[in-house]
Amino acid sequence: MSGFTPEMRARAEKICSLYPQVRSALIPLCHLAQEQAGYLREDLMIEIAELVGVTPAEVYGTASFYDMLHTEPVGKYLVGVCTNIACLLQGGEELLEHAEEKLGVAPGGTTEDGLFTLEDMECIAHCNKAPALQVNYRFFGPVDEEAFDSLIDDLREGKLVDEVPSHGTLIRQERSAPIALTMEEVLQERAVSDAAIAQRKAQAQN
Amino acid sequence: MEETLERTVPKIVTSRIGIEGSHTLETYLTTGGYSALRKALTTMTPEEIQAEVMTSNLLGRGGAGFEVGRKWSMLKNSPLRYLVVNGDESEPATFKDHMLIEGDPHQLVEGTIITAYAVGAARAFIYIRGEFALGLERVQRAIDEAYSYGALGRDIFGSGFSLDLVVHPGAGAYICGEETALIESLEGKRGYPRIKPPFFPAVIGLYGAPTIVNNVESMSNMPWIVNNGGAAFASLGVGRSTGTRIFALAGHVNRPGNYEVEMAKLTFRDLVYKPEYGGGMRMGRNVKAFIPGGVSAPWFGPDQLDLPLAQDDVAKAGSMLGSGSIVMMDDHTCMVRAAWRITKFFHRESCGQCTPCREGSGWIEKMMRRIEMGAGRESDLDMLLDACDNIAPGLSWPPAQTTICVLGPSIPSSVVAGIKMFRDEFLIHIKEGGCPYGR
Repeated sequence: MSGFTPEMRARAEKICSLYPQVRSALIPLCHLAQEQAGYLREDLMIEIAELVGVTPAEVYGTASFYDMLHTEPVGKYLVGVCTNIACLLQGGEELLEHAEEKLGVAPGGTTEDGLFTLEDMECIAHCNKAPALQVNYRFFGPVDEEAFDSLIDDLREGKLVDEVPSHGTLIRQERSAPIALTMEEVLQERAVSDAAIAQRKAQAQN
Repeated sequence: MEETLERTVPKIVTSRIGIEGSHTLETYLTTGGYSALRKALTTMTPEEIQAEVMTSNLLGRGGAGFEVGRKWSMLKNSPLRYLVVNGDESEPATFKDHMLIEGDPHQLVEGTIITAYAVGAARAFIYIRGEFALGLERVQRAIDEAYSYGALGRDIFGSGFSLDLVVHPGAGAYICGEETALIESLEGKRGYPRIKPPFFPAVIGLYGAPTIVNNVESMSNMPWIVNNGGAAFASLGVGRSTGTRIFALAGHVNRPGNYEVEMAKLTFRDLVYKPEYGGGMRMGRNVKAFIPGGVSAPWFGPDQLDLPLAQDDVAKAGSMLGSGSIVMMDDHTCMVRAAWRITKFFHRESCGQCTPCREGSGWIEKMMRRIEMGAGRESDLDMLLDACDNIAPGLSWPPAQTTICVLGPSIPSSVVAGIKMFRDEFLIHIKEGGCPYGR
């Protein structure tokens, strides 16, 4: 357990190069860490801190704000059942109750085999397919009890490996185009924004 | 008559939705894609594009409905400016940007490049909520294709204009749809809305530089406006509500979905009942109430179904068109449960900076749950209204604000409307010690 693999480290550095202020890469790098380890492991948070120039505590403090970033292990499949208003009206709560029974865990819990973590989700913007759910942020809907059971069975039997990658793998489309700005231009841009940020800080302190 | 209307109203942002491969460059190019960008960069000045957008009177499609052209004109002079596209669509029951992002990512990219040119942005970012995994993949692919095609990068189409565009994933936080929280998030921080003033990122935004933040649907309108002119856009709709708009219809209708319609020409009733749109309420039931513009909006009753889908009319009637999401609730709906669920959402999503929102949402959620579960007291109703009044004093619309951002004052909307419109139903829960709807 010693940080990013060489391949992931290379991807991480590429992501850092996309921003004039490298701290912006913090959240994308957290997603990358989850792709490697399934969750935000401590050693990866430490390496992200080093990459973006903040303390490990700042990485943790930022990550803990966001629902999708997990600092504790979660199942291979994160099953998020939406129960917000549009899904509620179409049986989202009943679906969540059924999911609890089928998986034998309450929202927030992980099955003993480490395969599934259940979540009670806020609106996932799939309301025309209510009640809807996501598995590792891939959409399914409308889902009735029968469809839920066969979805879980398919995931268990590995039938959906192409549609649903393991938890952590979010974006399977790596950017190919490099930034067109030259290093000199980026440094110039950074100097201007450094000055603007410093000015803003000074104003805030007055 | 209606068929004529149907033929003459163009599909401005959804023309490719449903076409096989609508997300690919190939399909985009065969359906007129990037012709607007070519026209903009090679025949128009940034000022000319700004003038067309001003003429179009395009109202921002994110929720606040602020004129896009006016927003641009507030941009402070600076050697460095940024454009950020808000694709954090998280207002409950809103799912139009989800469709545009997955279904026509090139249109979004083209609109973004046009806007970056018009406002003089050094770089542009498209911030998409992390839960849109497929959308993030498709926009990334569209951006790469646009670079290879020459629509991004150095000297675009030989015009001398250069632009870098980056798609940036969020990580699950409703509040990041608030534009200053989105900027904080894009800077790699917790999504805390910034203290105002400055009221607009156009003064101080990303990395301290003047920044324009525009919604995905707003951006997706740009190619059409450039190709057809602001006047053609403004000729659609009525008054200030110009052009077309996507309404995301959800809840107890037969055909929930996204419908792009001319602004202000249809009523809520048309959208819900016409066979080409909602197709009526499910099982032929009656409308009990509906939410006209996202869960931050106060509810309407069936007597308001004949209001036009126009920003100002809905505002005058005491609510808002907001994010363009309409949630229909039939007469079998428990309104206490509906209001409780919405309150629970705000409680979970409050960022925690401001006391009235952080504490208020929690207490309101607890009281609402208590009533729904059958342990409520009659005094709870006044206490609920009092707690709401502490967040948005006066309980008027538009709400007064005691917090940094508008999430706080959005909390009372459903609770106050629920108690006002369905007081008896709340009282039955309290008197009978449970929910009369069995859940």
